[in-house]
This record gives sequence, C-alpha cells and structure tokens, in this order.
Amino acid sequence: MTEPLAPPPRKDPRRRTRVPTLPPAARSRAALGLTAAAAEGRFALQVCAECGAVAWPPRDACAGCLSVQLVWRELPPGGEVLAETAIHASPDPYFRERLPWRVGTVRLDAGPSVIAHLHGDVARGARVRMAARLDRAGQGVLIALPEKDTPHMEDDPALRALTCHPRHRRVLLVDGRDAAAPAMARALRAAGAAAVWAGEAEGWRGNPARAALAEAGAAVVPLDITDSDSVARLAGEYGGRIDIVVFNARHLRPGGVMAGNGIYTREAFDVHALGLMRLARALGPAMAARAADGVNAAAAWVNILSVWALIPDPAFGAFAAAQAAALSVARSLRGDFRASGIRVMNLFAGPIDDEWHQPLPPPKLAAEALARELVRGLAEGAEEVWCGDVARDIRERWARDPKVLEREMTGGGR
Amino acid sequence: MSALAGLVAALASGRVKVVDLTHRLDPDFPVIVLPPEFGQCARFRIEEVSAYDHRGPAWKWHEITMNEHTGTHFDAPCHWISGRDVPAGSVDEIDPAAFIGPACVIDCSAEAAADPDFLLQPAHVEAWEARHGPIPAGSWVLMRTDWSRRSGAAYLNMAGDGAHSPGPSAAAIEALLARGIRGFGTETVGTDAGQAAHFDPPFPAHYLLHGAGRFGLQCLKGLDRLPPTGAVLIAAPLKIRGGTGSPLRVLALVEEGQ
Repeated sequence: MTEPLAPPPRKDPRRRTRVPTLPPAARSRAALGLTAAAAEGRFALQVCAECGAVAWPPRDACAGCLSVQLVWRELPPGGEVLAETAIHASPDPYFRERLPWRVGTVRLDAGPSVIAHLHGDVARGARVRMAARLDRAGQGVLIALPEKDTPHMEDDPALRALTCHPRHRRVLLVDGRDAAAPAMARALRAAGAAAVWAGEAEGWRGNPARAALAEAGAAVVPLDITDSDSVARLAGEYGGRIDIVVFNARHLRPGGVMAGNGIYTREAFDVHALGLMRLARALGPAMAARAADGVNAAAAWVNILSVWALIPDPAFGAFAAAQAAALSVARSLRGDFRASGIRVMNLFAGPIDDEWHQPLPPPKLAAEALARELVRGLAEGAEEVWCGDVARDIRERWARDPKVLEREMTGGGR
Repeated sequence: MSALAGLVAALASGRVKVVDLTHRLDPDFPVIVLPPEFGQCARFRIEEVSAYDHRGPAWKWHEITMNEHTGTHFDAPCHWISGRDVPAGSVDEIDPAAFIGPACVIDCSAEAAADPDFLLQPAHVEAWEARHGPIPAGSWVLMRTDWSRRSGAAYLNMAGDGAHSPGPSAAAIEALLARGIRGFGTETVGTDAGQAAHFDPPFPAHYLLHGAGRFGLQCLKGLDRLPPTGAVLIAAPLKIRGGTGSPLRVLALVEEGQ
C-alpha cells in the first residue's frame, strides 16, 4: 500500500535548492511515437499494418515480415509482471538521486514483453494496467500500475515522478475573473493543492466572483497580465512559491477577420500571446530553478486554450488567431522548460458554457468539466488534454486531414 | 511692470502658487467601465525600452500606451455625437487661448459624502452665486466632491446597477451653459454622474457641453485646494490629429489670500 505523501516541511534556508536532473532523453525518431501517445495519456504501441504483429521496442520495420508500415495504435493495457528487480547503483545522475529504483518485465496481453517502471503497489505475478507516461525529460516511458486503484496510489514516488499531481503544490490561477475559476480552484484544492492564488486584474472594478473564489479555497492576488509592472510585482512576491501555473486568461469577442474590430484583436493578442509571454518571462526562470525542490517542486505550466488554436471558426477569426499565437508560444515554452523538466500542458477546450458562447448551440463545456480535466491532466502528467466532445472531435479530424477540416470549418452558406 | 513680469515676480515670491490638479498616470488608475461588448478605454501602460543597459547603455526611456480618455484628461467637443460638427472641435484645432482661463469651484463635498449619487442642480449654482457673485462667462466650473480622495473600488463605486458617483443634472449644465462657461470639470472618472446613462438626455454633461462646443475635465485631483473664485486654470491637451481628448497636466494658479 502506498504511504500517503506528507506535506513537505518548510525549507531549510541553509541548504542549496536541488538542481533539476533529467532521465536519459535520447530516443530514435521511431520511439517518439510513444512520447506522442504518452503526451495524451494513451497506451499505444506499434502494430504492423501487414502482419498485425505488435512491435516492442519501437523500430522502423516489422521484426516478423520486414514491413515498414508500423502504425502506433491504442492497445488493451492489461499485462502480468513476470519478473521484478530493484536497481541499487546507477551512473545516471537522475536515478542516483532516486535509488533504489524498481523495474520489471511485463508480459502484455497485446503480445510483447516489455521492461517497465513498476508502481510500488505492483508485485511479481500481479495483473497490471500499463500506462504510457512522460518522464521528466518529456519522453514516453511505460509504467505498470495496479490493475485496480489502490489507496493513495498517486503518491507513489515512481508515479509522482511521471506526473504533476497538485497534491501539496501551490497553484497560480492566472485569471480569477474567469467564469470557470471557482470550479478550477475547488477541484485543485480537492486534489490536495496546498494553496490556490487567483489573479485579479483591475481590483478597482470590484469583483462579484470574490465570494465564490474564497468559498472554493482560493486567495485573490492582484495580477494583470497585460501590465508588465503588475506581472513583475506578482513574480517578486510569489515567484518562488508557485509550483503550478494555470493560464486561464481569456479575451473573447466575436468577430471574423474582415468584420472584426482592430482594438479587440489587439486586446486578444495582448492577453493570449503577449500576456502568456510576459508571465512566462517573469515566472518561468524561478519555476525552472525549483523543478527538483522536493515534494512541492515546481511541476507544470498549464495553458487553457481554445481548440480553435488548431483550426479557426471564422466567426471568431480574430480570437482564433490570438489562440494560434498562444499555442505557438506554449510550444516554444516547452523548449525553454525542457532542461528543467517543467511540464507544459495544453488543455484544449471547445466552446465553454459562458456569456461569450451564449448564442452557440450545445454541446458546451461546463466549468466543472474543465476543472475535472485540468486535474486529470495534471495527475496523468499529460502534455495535451482534449476537453469535451467538440475539442476531441476537432482533434481527431485535424489528425486525419487538416485540409478537409479546414474546408469544413470555413463552410459558407451558414 | 508688464503683466507677465508681474506674474513671474508673483510666482517667484510665492504670492502666486502653482497647484497640480493631476493624478499620476498609473496602470492601476481606474478608467470608465462600459458593457464588455463595447470598445473599452485602454488603461495606461508603461514598458521600459531601456534603462542604462544593453538595450541603451546611457539612457532610460519608456513606451507608454493609453486611450485619449485615460487618467486626468480633457474632453473636446468632438468626443460626443452632439459635438461632432462643432467647428474646431478636436484638440488639435481648438484655439490654444481656450486652454487658460478662470475657475469657479462649487463645493459639493458634504453633499457627495452624504449621497454618492448626489446631483448638482441649478439651485446649487444659484446658491453659490449668491455667495460669490455671478459665474463669469468664459469660466471653468469645477465641481468639488473630494471624490479624488477615494481609491480602488471606491472610486468608480460600481454595483450591479452601474457606477455610483456624483455629477451634474441636465438642468445644472443648461444653467451653466446659459452663463457662457468655458467648460465643466469633476473629480470623478467622467464629467457625468455614475448613473448618467439613465438620465434624459443620457450623459447630459457630455451631450450638452460638447454640443455647445464646451470642454470637459475629469479625474481632477484635490479641488479642495482651490478658492471658490480667483484661480486660473492651465489645461492644454496634447495636439493629437483629430483628437477627441487627451491626458494632460492640469495646473491652477492661485493667488495668496484668496
């Protein structure tokens, strides 16, 4: 049984903050397919399109029939642990800090036997659920989880090293005025977050949502991401204590490219693209420096994006363009954070059930669903989370053929 | 002694004091809040371009952005639909002589303290004139409410039914226009009261003043430092092409003993 994770003691100011190290990151291009699957929390392996054999480890040609048509496909995750061992010595700095480290051989129901990390609640001979997860180097690895959930299983050190679970971590919710902010704060606190700070721009306007935020366990802090001074002040006071950033700021005004309003467009870019950059510049270096700071090490930067970042709904063309810019910033941020192991998670949402999507027909995303997916994504350590039916649908169509999707989205005659 | 030499001597001796009626341009200073589907008044923003560093080794400078109506600012006639056809109605076309003129200060601070929705009425104007004499044509009329002492959420005083701050009634503005005033100034975020969208006409200070080719000053600071009469206001907006207004430094010259 997993020992519940104790809240971390306060830091000893005489000791140097531990510098983050990463597990080995080198992979073949073929092996990056596992990383792509793990980024979405999918358990997938290569399957030969000609003979149907499941390949492991990843390769360029089928070991059975030499076909190069190896396709990453989701497979049943069941398996059985054939053998286990614990490593007590390693020349690798990352694993040296975490010894002893358990690994085992698992015979998959899908065919191959694989060497995988073992969850602490998994013993030799046990039935297991395999999961593909990203390690701190941002590469896909396999971990064998107990077949059924066990108490506090997310606190297991081997699993926690692969995730960004909010337990005992301190979260900055960038925009406390966002309609979904109270639901997200409540979900994060319920998952064990030690603190949730909710940013509030323009306190002089008053904020009717303050009571709801307080009730959800969030403390309001002044933060206006369109104001460099305000961002610098927040970073100065809280920068060294923020373990997870949730960038939920949103400036949505209907309007296409030709019929749109130039000032709204600039405001949208100021919030989504420039605001994200401002905040990353101010908070990113401190988070990167605290990525190995014990139980509540800095862990994740979450961007809540519209799925229109991938492909625009032309009726919201200006907003979609700003979202596409934000997605590009988020991807660059992954590179910037790579050496620290901070995970950049993009949560793509379809239309949210808020005042700006009011005339749109359902399905629309409820704040609670968004909050649930946020916590699930962190608990899985995912990089891409597709939240709601619309986002999942667009993701699938986009993966199948972006041009077909573009033609459908820009329909005409609506 | 020439008039200007006399003024210079009085400034040097301190017999004439310069009173600054301007709030600092600050990202945290409130601006008017409109329903979100309307275009908004941009808040003041300041970004460092360089500060004696690799971006410019020997100099420091900032880039600033704002709306024409951010902070302590001037309203030109073309700001309002009623003043769109006023000749020389934009800040770049107004005769610069119009930027300097005498000020009459009507103290409404007690009334505004008692009632945030206090409205200046013609009767208040007449009562002021009974004590201080008629308002001369060409005067700025400034409505002192001490509202500039408020900060944060208390400044706009926003509630579910809109902002609650003092201002003039339509009848008061009409009465002042009948006296040929130069413009009307307040310590609140606009020349109109917080609830003025519900007046008839809506936003009467804007509608009537600008329709008559008169000016507005708002977000003034510390009108309690001015005498009821005798101060001279220097309020020159930036020369913006077709500008509807401008942030500005509002200075009052006040003579000792007034």
